[in-house]
Amino acid sequence: MNEPVDVLIIGAGASGAAFAWSIAETKMRILCLEQGDWTKPSDFPSNGRDWEARASEDFAINPNRRQNPADYPINDDDSPIKVANFNGVGGGTILYAGHYPRLHPSDFRVHSLDGVADDWPIDYATLEPFYALNDKMTGVSGLAGDPAYPPKDVQMAPLPMGKTGRKIGTAMNELGWHWWPCDAAIPTSDYNGRARCINLGHCGGGCAQGAKATTDITYWPEALRARVELRTKCRVSRIETDADGMATGAWYFDGNGEEVFQPASIVVMACNGIGTPRILLNSASERFPNGLANSSDLVGRNLMLHPYAQIRGHFDEKLDGAKGPLIGTWSMQFYETDRERGFVRGYCYQFSRGLGPVATATNGMADGLIPWGAGHHEAFGRLFEHSAGMAAICEDLPEEINRVTLDPHLKDSNGIPAPKLTYRVGENTQRMLDHSIARGVEIMKTAGAHDITTKSPLSYAGWHLMGTARMGIDPRKSVVNEWGRSHDVKNLFIIDGSVFVTSGGVNPTSTIQALALYIADQFKTRIYDLFD
Amino acid sequence: MALSETEMAMLRSAAGYIIPANAAMSVPGADDPAIFADIVASIGRYGADIHEALRRIEAAAGGVLATMSDAERGDAMTRFRREQPALAVSLGAVVARCYYRDDRVMRAIGMEVRAPYPQGFELEQGDWSLLDPVRKRGRMYRDAG
Repeated sequence: MNEPVDVLIIGAGASGAAFAWSIAETKMRILCLEQGDWTKPSDFPSNGRDWEARASEDFAINPNRRQNPADYPINDDDSPIKVANFNGVGGGTILYAGHYPRLHPSDFRVHSLDGVADDWPIDYATLEPFYALNDKMTGVSGLAGDPAYPPKDVQMAPLPMGKTGRKIGTAMNELGWHWWPCDAAIPTSDYNGRARCINLGHCGGGCAQGAKATTDITYWPEALRARVELRTKCRVSRIETDADGMATGAWYFDGNGEEVFQPASIVVMACNGIGTPRILLNSASERFPNGLANSSDLVGRNLMLHPYAQIRGHFDEKLDGAKGPLIGTWSMQFYETDRERGFVRGYCYQFSRGLGPVATATNGMADGLIPWGAGHHEAFGRLFEHSAGMAAICEDLPEEINRVTLDPHLKDSNGIPAPKLTYRVGENTQRMLDHSIARGVEIMKTAGAHDITTKSPLSYAGWHLMGTARMGIDPRKSVVNEWGRSHDVKNLFIIDGSVFVTSGGVNPTSTIQALALYIADQFKTRIYDLFD
Repeated sequence: MALSETEMAMLRSAAGYIIPANAAMSVPGADDPAIFADIVASIGRYGADIHEALRRIEAAAGGVLATMSDAERGDAMTRFRREQPALAVSLGAVVARCYYRDDRVMRAIGMEVRAPYPQGFELEQGDWSLLDPVRKRGRMYRDAG
């Protein structure tokens, strides 16, 4: 058995890193267990000529495709949307686009404003200082004054507009619709020891430059300097409890495949909206027969994935191709509820630049725009570096039938049951997807695009894993309280996207990290009566 | 997952059909020896798909693809692509991802022959006064207090 620690954090990704850094000042003994390992900058695909090929190999976004030693399988047969993640120090931030919007104030009052789902037990104002702190730690580029948001600071100039941003922005002006340079966790000037972005154009495969704000190079170096211990290649299987119903630590498999018990006074789950319910459900015992922290029967339920619609067009003139961060601008034109659209809540658009030659050819052939045979080269030449696109990120309302359970047969390499997804796109979301396709095509046509393609919902886009251990005041209707502590197990905290009450219609990483910092702040403030 | 000699010959013939050489553009086909060697060495996680695709192509061709006339080969590949769209996407990806990293091809399509890192790329910064109409329309988020 290992030496006991005060706080055991499970998962070294977006939330675990921020939480560890924040509570380091307590000088408690803090340990983080991470199933993956560190990724060296020299390992990232953009170091090599095979950078596009590796997006479907060892840096594939889907763990069932990637099958690296750190990955666990996910049965997603019963879901039209497949999970995208990364297991390692930094978690999903290693492969994310660095697109970094906040939730909007209305996202926390969904029931009050629009009569659907539930309000959060906290509001935008509560999180605002933690958004700001997280932005400072992360280094956010953007442009102040976006009328879609309350005033907020940015650390540095926005990402370059490029030809693509100008093309789409001009079309949006013609339509009279909102657009703005996105907040990006990508520095446009040197920031806190990180070099500025040099437009490698493959943020989604990891940043070889070390510019993109992944938590292995933002929070973790600071946390390690503050004496937090991070132990890699340690896969947690279950949380142990005592007769008082308190967590006593976690069982994990180390890099040699040995099962080890790690005692801890406090356990913090930071494994994302799939990994956290997986471990909690696998921690079922005589005391907690329905899984740990699950008296509400809501662990694993209300899974929200943000269905994406993708619209891509091609232009007569040459644009940016794959150079530069994929996403440069966004639109919140259809974000706030307008019932005349036929649905409640809304979506944002993230406008994206072009594709590399391999993706141009592969997508072009798959979409029927590039033939096999003699016409290949001419068609390729018409599309390559002549495309721009957008994705609509649609708010996914919580529904209990959308859930994570344990697969009765599928197991990972350590014999731990794999998670199983049961998910379908709700009616409101489907109407939103359809609306976003129609408006997206309108934008593309206004911009002068031809050969417009659409996909909805995008299959391999289950990046945003939310809602499976929701927060709330009522223990019958939520898993954790309004500051992240389990209603059932007083020394168990959940700090990742699982605690989202609703999903909003934007990428969640900035909110996940702001929530982790907020819960850490509550943790420190309440340290003397944490279990009361 | 290694390919048999027969599969190699069929894959090479299929690759050359999917992306043929073009003398006017000075580009080789995907059946060029260097490119095809890269394809074979880089099948990776597509292994199972490629085995299955080749089995289906053989069925569609009803004979040895490599010895068929261009017209017969074209018919077989068209039939395969129509009947097995998912496998056709995998086959196209395996071919394209090696073809478009070949020096000769990269030069021909106007790319610098190098990895993105460490030089990176330049993008035009743009003029954000393009946002003036958005600014003029004013605030659009809802109060939720």
